[in-house]
Amino acid sequence: MSRIEVVSPIPGVFYRRPDPDSDVFAKEGQPIGADDTVCLVEVMKSFHPVPAGAAGTLVEFLVENEDVVDAGQAVAVIEAG
Amino acid sequence: MKRLLVANRGEIAVRIIRAARDLGISTVAVHSTADTDARHVRLADAAVEIGPPAANKSYLVADAIVEAARSSGADAVHPGYGFLSERAAFAAAVSDAGLAFVGPDAAVIDQMGDKVRARQVAAAAGVPTVPGTPGGVEDVAAAVAAAAEIGYPVMLKAAAGGGGRGIRVVDDEAGLREAFPAASREAANAFGDGRMYLERFVRRARHVEVQVLGDGSDAVHLFERECSLQRRRQKVVEEALAPGIDAGVREGMTAAAARLAREVGYRSAGTVEFLVDDETHEFFFIEMNTRIQVEHPTTELVTGVDLVAEQLRIAAGERLSRAQDDIVARGWAIEFRINAEDPTRGFLPSPGKVGTVELPAGPWVRVDTWLESGATVPPFYDSLLAKVVVWGEDRESAIRRSRRALAEFTVEGVPTTAGLHTEILDQEWFGAGEFHTGALEQWLSEREEPA
Repeated sequence: MSRIEVVSPIPGVFYRRPDPDSDVFAKEGQPIGADDTVCLVEVMKSFHPVPAGAAGTLVEFLVENEDVVDAGQAVAVIEAG
Repeated sequence: MKRLLVANRGEIAVRIIRAARDLGISTVAVHSTADTDARHVRLADAAVEIGPPAANKSYLVADAIVEAARSSGADAVHPGYGFLSERAAFAAAVSDAGLAFVGPDAAVIDQMGDKVRARQVAAAAGVPTVPGTPGGVEDVAAAVAAAAEIGYPVMLKAAAGGGGRGIRVVDDEAGLREAFPAASREAANAFGDGRMYLERFVRRARHVEVQVLGDGSDAVHLFERECSLQRRRQKVVEEALAPGIDAGVREGMTAAAARLAREVGYRSAGTVEFLVDDETHEFFFIEMNTRIQVEHPTTELVTGVDLVAEQLRIAAGERLSRAQDDIVARGWAIEFRINAEDPTRGFLPSPGKVGTVELPAGPWVRVDTWLESGATVPPFYDSLLAKVVVWGEDRESAIRRSRRALAEFTVEGVPTTAGLHTEILDQEWFGAGEFHTGALEQWLSEREEPA
C-alpha cells in the first residue's frame, strides 16, 4: 500500500464542495477513482477541479474547507490499491 | 465632499484616489489582510483593514465598509466596479448612514438591474430592444405573423424552456413553416407547453456601449465604445469610438442612451449597452451598467472628460459641467487589458511574486495599474494587472502607437496576456475593424490548432 499526496497545481482557496448547497466531492475513508474530483481551488475568480490522480481510498484531507493553499501544496492523501 | 472612502482595490481604487486628490478631496482606502501593502493602501490618506483575503469576507461585506467610512470620518463612498458597485442594498446602506454614494440612487440600480423592468424603461424612452414575442405564440399562423413583424432570421425556442435546448434558427417564412410544428411538438413533450418564443437572431453582432453622465435631471452622452473582442464574456480590447458603425448609427444610438438616462433620472456615470447587427446596422438595447466601467479611460482620452471626477462632483450635488454640444470626440483610443493569465496554458490564472516591472509611457500612452516591481499578485481577486490605454489622432496611428507601447511593457515573474495583444494588433481583421462578438474566440481556437 502506498500513500499518495494529492497536490494543488495552483495557489488559491480550497473548497470541498462544488457549491455551498451541494455535498462534498469526496469523504474521508471512501474509495476513489484516479479521475474523480476531490476538491476545487479557486484562483482569481475561476474554479479549478483537482483530480485524485490515483485510484484507491481517500485517507484524509490535509487542509480545511476555504483554507488558502499554495501551488504544490498537498491537500489530501490517497492510499493506492 | 471632503473625505472619500474607496470601497475597492486594484487599479480602479488607485484611479479613484487620484481623481479625488485632483479635486482636493482626501481619501480612505479599505483593504483585506492580503492587500496590506497594496498600492491603493499606500496612496490613500488613511486606510482601514476590513477582513481576511476572501472577497466575501472583506470587499463584499457592506456593513464593514459602511463602518469603516463612519469610523474614518468619510462623507462619501465610491464603490468602483465589481464587488458592491451594483448592489442596491449597499447604495441604500451608504445613504442611510448619511453618506453620499458615488453612483445612482438605490432605486435606479434596482430598476436597471432587473432585465424586464430595464426593457420597459427602454421602450418608454423609445430605445429599441431586440424584437421578439415575450408571451410566445401557439401555432404556425401566429408564428408567421409575428416573424413578419420581427424580421428574419428568427430564433425559435420553447417559451417554457430554459437554456439553449431546442433552439432553431430560421431564415425565412418557408423555413419557419417547416420548423415550427416539430419544435412545438418537442416543447410540448418536454415541458407540457407547446408555445414557442420568437426573437430576432443576430448572426454577426457587435457589442457597442454608450457612456452617459446624468445629474438627476439632465443627462448627456460621451459617445460610444466598441467592446466586441471578448473571451468567455470578458472584454479583452476596447476602443473609442466604434470602428464598425456609421455616423447615422452613432447618432441614433448615443441619442437613445441619453434619452434612457433622462427617462430614469440617472445620476452619476453609467453605460448603456447595445447589440449592433453588423449586417443590417440596427441597434438594440441590452442592459445598463450603473457603475464606472473598466474601459472608461478610452472615453476619457477621446473626450478629455475625467469621468471619475465628474462622478464625484455629481455626488457632491453639482450639476453636469458640460452641455451636450460642448462634448466632442477627438481622435481614437484603444485599451488593452493585461491580465495575469497564461495564454499558452488555456489562460490559466497566474498569481505570484512579480519581479521587475517596466511600464510603457511617453506621448499619449496611459497605464492604469496597481502593479509595481516586487509586488505580489494575490490569488483571491480578478486577474487584471494593468490597462494600457493609447490615444492617436486616428485609429491607424492609435494602432501604431499601441505596438510601441506594448513592446515597452515588461513584467517578470508571472505570465501575462501582453504578448497576445501584440499579436491581435497584427491581425488583418483587427486593423480593418472587421470583427464581432465571436471573433476573438474564433481566432484563438484557430490559433491553437497545430499548423
